[in-house]
Amino acid sequence: MLRIPCPWCGPRDESEFRYRGDASVVRPAAQAATADFIDYVYQRDNPRGWHCEWWLHTGGCRQLLRVERHTLTDEIRTVTAARDLTP
Amino acid sequence: MSVKSLRVGPGLLGDPARPLRFTFDGRRYTGIAGDTLAAALLANGVRLTGRSFKYHRPRGIHGAVAAEPCALVDVSGPLGREPNVPATALPLYEGLTAHSQNRWPALRFDVGRVNDALARFLPAGFYYKTFMAPAWAWERLYEPLIRRAAGLGRLQAANHAHGTPGETVHDHADVLVVGAGAAGLAAAAALGATGLKVLLAEQDDVAGGGTLLQPGWAAWRRGMLRQLEDLPTLTLLTRTAVVGAYGQGVYAVLQDLRPAGSAGAGPRERLWIIRARRVVLATGAAERLIAFPCNDRPGCMLAGAAHSYLRRHGVRVGTRIVLFTNNDEAYGSALALSEAGAQCQVIDPRPQSVAGARAQARGIEVRNATQVIDTAGGARLRQVRVHTGTRRAILAADTLLVSGGYTPNTGLAAQLGAAPQWRDDIAGFACDLPEHIGRCAGASRGLSGLAAAAADGERAAGELLVSLGVSPAARPPLAAPPADPPATPLQPLWEVPDRGGGRKSFVDLQNDVTAADIRLACREGYEHIEHAKRYTTLGMATDQGHSGGLVGAAILAQARGVPLAQVGVSRPRPYSRPVPFAALAGAEVGAHFKPRRRVALHDWHQRAGATFVNTGLWLRPLVYGPGGWDPVLEEARRVRRAVGLTDVSTLGKIDVQGPDAARFLDFIYANTLSTLPVGRCRYGLMLREDGMLFDDGTVARLGEGRFLLTTTTANAAAVLEHMEFHLQAACHGMRLVLSDVADQWAQFALAGPLARQVLAAVAGDMDVSNSALPFMAAAATRLAGVAGRLFRISFSGELAYEIAVPAHEAVPVWEALLQAGQPHGIRPYGLDALNTLRIEKGHVTTAELNGNTHPADLGLGRLVKKNGDFIGRALLQRPGLQDDRRLQLVGLRPVAADARLRNGSQLVRAGAPADSEGFITSSTPSTELPGWVGLGLLQAGHARRAERLLAVSPIHGESTPVEVVSPHFIDPENQRVRA
Amino acid sequence: MVIVGGGGHGLATAYYLAAHHGISDVAVLERGPIGLGNVGRNTTIVRSNYFHPDNIRFYDLSLRLWEGLERELNFNAMVSQRGTLNLFHTEAQRDLFTRRANLMRLLGADAQSLDREQVRRRVPLVDLDNGRYPVLGGFLQPRGGTVRHDAVAWGYARGASAAGVDIVEHCEVTGIACAGGRVTGVHTRHGLIGADVVCLAVAGHSSHLAAMAGLRLPIETHLLQAFVSEAVKPLIDVVLTYGAGHFYVSQSDKGGLVFGGGIDGYNNYGQRGTLPMAEEVAAAAVTLLPGLARLKVLRQWGGVMDMSMDGSPIISTTALAGLVLNGGWCYGGFKAIPAGGLTTAHLIAHGSPHPLAAHLSLTRFVTGRIVDERGIGPYPYAH
Repeated sequence: MLRIPCPWCGPRDESEFRYRGDASVVRPAAQAATADFIDYVYQRDNPRGWHCEWWLHTGGCRQLLRVERHTLTDEIRTVTAARDLTP
Repeated sequence: MSVKSLRVGPGLLGDPARPLRFTFDGRRYTGIAGDTLAAALLANGVRLTGRSFKYHRPRGIHGAVAAEPCALVDVSGPLGREPNVPATALPLYEGLTAHSQNRWPALRFDVGRVNDALARFLPAGFYYKTFMAPAWAWERLYEPLIRRAAGLGRLQAANHAHGTPGETVHDHADVLVVGAGAAGLAAAAALGATGLKVLLAEQDDVAGGGTLLQPGWAAWRRGMLRQLEDLPTLTLLTRTAVVGAYGQGVYAVLQDLRPAGSAGAGPRERLWIIRARRVVLATGAAERLIAFPCNDRPGCMLAGAAHSYLRRHGVRVGTRIVLFTNNDEAYGSALALSEAGAQCQVIDPRPQSVAGARAQARGIEVRNATQVIDTAGGARLRQVRVHTGTRRAILAADTLLVSGGYTPNTGLAAQLGAAPQWRDDIAGFACDLPEHIGRCAGASRGLSGLAAAAADGERAAGELLVSLGVSPAARPPLAAPPADPPATPLQPLWEVPDRGGGRKSFVDLQNDVTAADIRLACREGYEHIEHAKRYTTLGMATDQGHSGGLVGAAILAQARGVPLAQVGVSRPRPYSRPVPFAALAGAEVGAHFKPRRRVALHDWHQRAGATFVNTGLWLRPLVYGPGGWDPVLEEARRVRRAVGLTDVSTLGKIDVQGPDAARFLDFIYANTLSTLPVGRCRYGLMLREDGMLFDDGTVARLGEGRFLLTTTTANAAAVLEHMEFHLQAACHGMRLVLSDVADQWAQFALAGPLARQVLAAVAGDMDVSNSALPFMAAAATRLAGVAGRLFRISFSGELAYEIAVPAHEAVPVWEALLQAGQPHGIRPYGLDALNTLRIEKGHVTTAELNGNTHPADLGLGRLVKKNGDFIGRALLQRPGLQDDRRLQLVGLRPVAADARLRNGSQLVRAGAPADSEGFITSSTPSTELPGWVGLGLLQAGHARRAERLLAVSPIHGESTPVEVVSPHFIDPENQRVRA
Repeated sequence: MVIVGGGGHGLATAYYLAAHHGISDVAVLERGPIGLGNVGRNTTIVRSNYFHPDNIRFYDLSLRLWEGLERELNFNAMVSQRGTLNLFHTEAQRDLFTRRANLMRLLGADAQSLDREQVRRRVPLVDLDNGRYPVLGGFLQPRGGTVRHDAVAWGYARGASAAGVDIVEHCEVTGIACAGGRVTGVHTRHGLIGADVVCLAVAGHSSHLAAMAGLRLPIETHLLQAFVSEAVKPLIDVVLTYGAGHFYVSQSDKGGLVFGGGIDGYNNYGQRGTLPMAEEVAAAAVTLLPGLARLKVLRQWGGVMDMSMDGSPIISTTALAGLVLNGGWCYGGFKAIPAGGLTTAHLIAHGSPHPLAAHLSLTRFVTGRIVDERGIGPYPYAH
């Protein structure tokens, strides 16, 4: 079971969060080609290793967190609030 | 043998002053308080306790812990019968009623025993190569026979009474210490002394572990327990097993509260979910068996188990006892039993040993360089056959104790990812843990001897304190334990080969896996330990190969000609002990399986006789009255002809505020909302990024930077999450906040041609005329003295207002509306009538918004904006979504006026009855048209008006001619909503 | 020709290539021992009750192949068509299942609806009223059932081997060799193996093998858990699926209840069980079948799934010529092994898709002809 250290709420069980997938994919600009949107929506690195991913703390502060987690060991390396990321 | 002769004293735990009566297989016996069922059966001279899984061989009590392969019984209690309860861990209580398992018709005469005679034809994996001809026979003949023969106990299952549900407790600890033997007690005492919060879990009834068998350790143990009692931050839980280690410091811990079959209130067990910063695994080691021919006869038992019955319960398991051991530690049982009056002999394959010399000095005969090669005696052991060099001997014995060494209990460590390392000195695998997880200690780490374990426990505590940043100086030293006696190392012995041929040497007593089965698996190519395990079922029974798993791996290694270290053991998984469904499930079962969400008006609806329906977590009024089409249509017709009132409070409601709110909603919705004037509503469509419809609802602009939007009931949480995600992930710098106000507002739809009159009667001096409050207007209002909001929107297709008031004011406003509507014949209407009304109007719900439709499919393409970016825009352009052949929304009417429609019927052409071209999504009898109307999704449906098709439901044997029509059955010009 | 992955799909593909297309110049490379991935750790259910017509056709092909498998392979995989029963608890669910059952019938598969009384007779253990979401009825596919999972891998391996296929265990693929825009072989721990066609059949791990060829896939890897109880005498003789919570169950011939729930819902290669899902599954189990309360659960384990972006599998050529993908099976790979192997072998042998698997091409994500069974959208963690 994951325990995610939320910057606002402290370490919390995974059941308080909603997973929102790969945080490394970035929505293309409006004028980008359809192919770029297809990549954005469907194609994933899906690494067996470190993975940046979104977790929304729906059962807590409702903040979106970018979590760096190892997909084999579940170790969590960093947690950053989306609002603190520079786009 | 007299019964009295087996009980030689009360033991550590027994209370002879409290006799307890119990029955086993219908016979009455008496034990004493403190006994386990196994101890009491042994005290009464009962040897035969069950039949084995495959060969139905007689079996007795093999061990003294919960991981018992043989003595599994069926226990009867107030809530039915519970199978596969280990008699070895079942505390005796007055009236306990147990039965042996897997025998028919009776334990002593078992027809299934014929399987044992057929054993040559029933080797491991035999199913795969046989039972194939004739082709029909597997499922109709062989499989039912195998299924009936399989399975040990019988669950009395037809009982729907929800017994007391399990109990779940969440807790935190700085350190979880698993096992309260010498190592665990020392570690817990040392850690607890520093003020850390320590949870010490012991699966046994009492703390002490191996020290309980050594009278010389009593003082140390008592001292430790006193010390623990004085520690305010330490909790000791007995009868509590750590069953799962899940990483990130999360452990599943199962505490037994009451024994199987016992009467009494409250849950049977409690599941603790512990989050701990570190763990100490002081789980000890398991004594293992030795495979030799007929090593399964009742009377064959692990040496430590016999020692345990004697010390703990004062039960001497036999009178003439042979101990077969390859190690010094097991001699303790022979010494103790001899002291208790049994006649003991020891068979030791080693040439000599320190312990052997000690035993001989006490008058016990020890035969070195000797092995047990067979046993005899039917269902009760009578002889042990031994072999020394070239000589054989037959020893008369009623009990054969076996010890093949000790295997560290590494299951939890392995669950935490620790790799088992081979250790020659103990002939077993041991683990250790990374510092940030914790530490194995004592016998589970491969140490021998109690003093070594105690010292290691204390050392483990010191290391963890360092890793937790606690000063070790805070820790006073512990009392010194007694020293371990000198010992001769064990000599690995896994199997004594069968010299006679044809006799079985068991490695898994519960699944009836023999040494020969493992060699067969290897010969057939199932060489990997996981393959051999699956092929033979080694270690897959309730005891998880506790005493024989490593023996099986060793025999496989011999067969492959490789070292055991290379074969390894199969990967242990949760649970380290079987866990009842009830305990895992906890209290959220039955009526409490999911929360019930009730609207503010729930009690009112109930008083009005509503039939409720589950929609997700919500309970919503389906119809006022007992249901059926007549009352539904009556409710709906009243809306069409006069006025009705319905509760739509379950809609999601999201308040969006901020200077960038309009810009954000333009991105979230497929239609434009920034152009919406203040005081107006607009129907909104949300797409997923793949271009498909996600949700629909209304958006009202309450101010320049303030919008209130509604979502469907089903998607209320999902839409909020979708918006929050995109706001935070993709809309950096936008200034707005989203607030979920779904529960703050009750919302009603007042609908029907007379709705305005009703509204006017409660709206005070507010102008509710068509010009002041036109279709799609939004306004603040006071209704019956309550401040609220008014939206002129319509789902029913009639003149309608949605009225939102604070949830706590719902009842007075609702009642005021009904009161005001009385002269006009107002009635509340439920979800079914609402559905009828929206189908007739051609409005869509989740039946059509099924995740595979986009706006144009549903005839809503014109709402999608042509300019600007929004979620779903790009992928909506893909050819597969622009294809004319897509399923599109149509109206459907039966050709015959008296025919009905059915949701889920497939639409086919009469000439091609197997080619589905679409299906019916929603249907209802009409309030205004004769007969039924329906909505459907049909290939290229928009271009197929007036075509005739068949609506077929093969599962009902139905075929109904239908005509494709417009989905807007009533008022296609939208005049009523604007009236 | 190299097939990477000695699981169900890899071994079946090799078998059909050799036995049906006469192509026996095939090596199956497996990182560990064969048959210990998802084929050896699933809940053994076979059925063809799908929503999308192309999926019904594909999975019903598989069901027909299961029905003849013992004779095809001369190995008893214990195909047991005891029926799969899906319970429903709302009228909306009933409508969806009606639609599915009717479509199955039109396409030649079998399906029937059961009322409450018929459900009760079939599974007396079910508490029809269960306190929260009463059972309104059920839909039965009589031809659905279970298959002894280990025997499937072993049976196909024996068959493939007898037809001349080389099965190489403990041979981990470390790279994919290509030249001039097409695949030329695979690098392994034991050296380079040249091949004109390389087929990846490594569901759960498709992404990192594809990455060796520079490809990204519409796949995320997720954990699906399963559980087994202690063995008891026959209790349930159908595959039963609860419609109001995450729980499905069948009883193995050995007597243990084999059951599971939904995926854990975040990218994971860990192959470990987790606690929240265990609690949720057990709660659903006890709610639907209160008689199970005292039955004991023995083991919990996790398998890693290729969760595709639309919830349907992928049998497809790729952007790299000669590289074929069999993957994206989500949690439905086991039942598809015969059809997956047959149609993948067809794709390799003919260079064009088998007509019953043409809808499973990767191009669907570009064209928008996605096969989204449940209409959930491109969120694999929600499937």
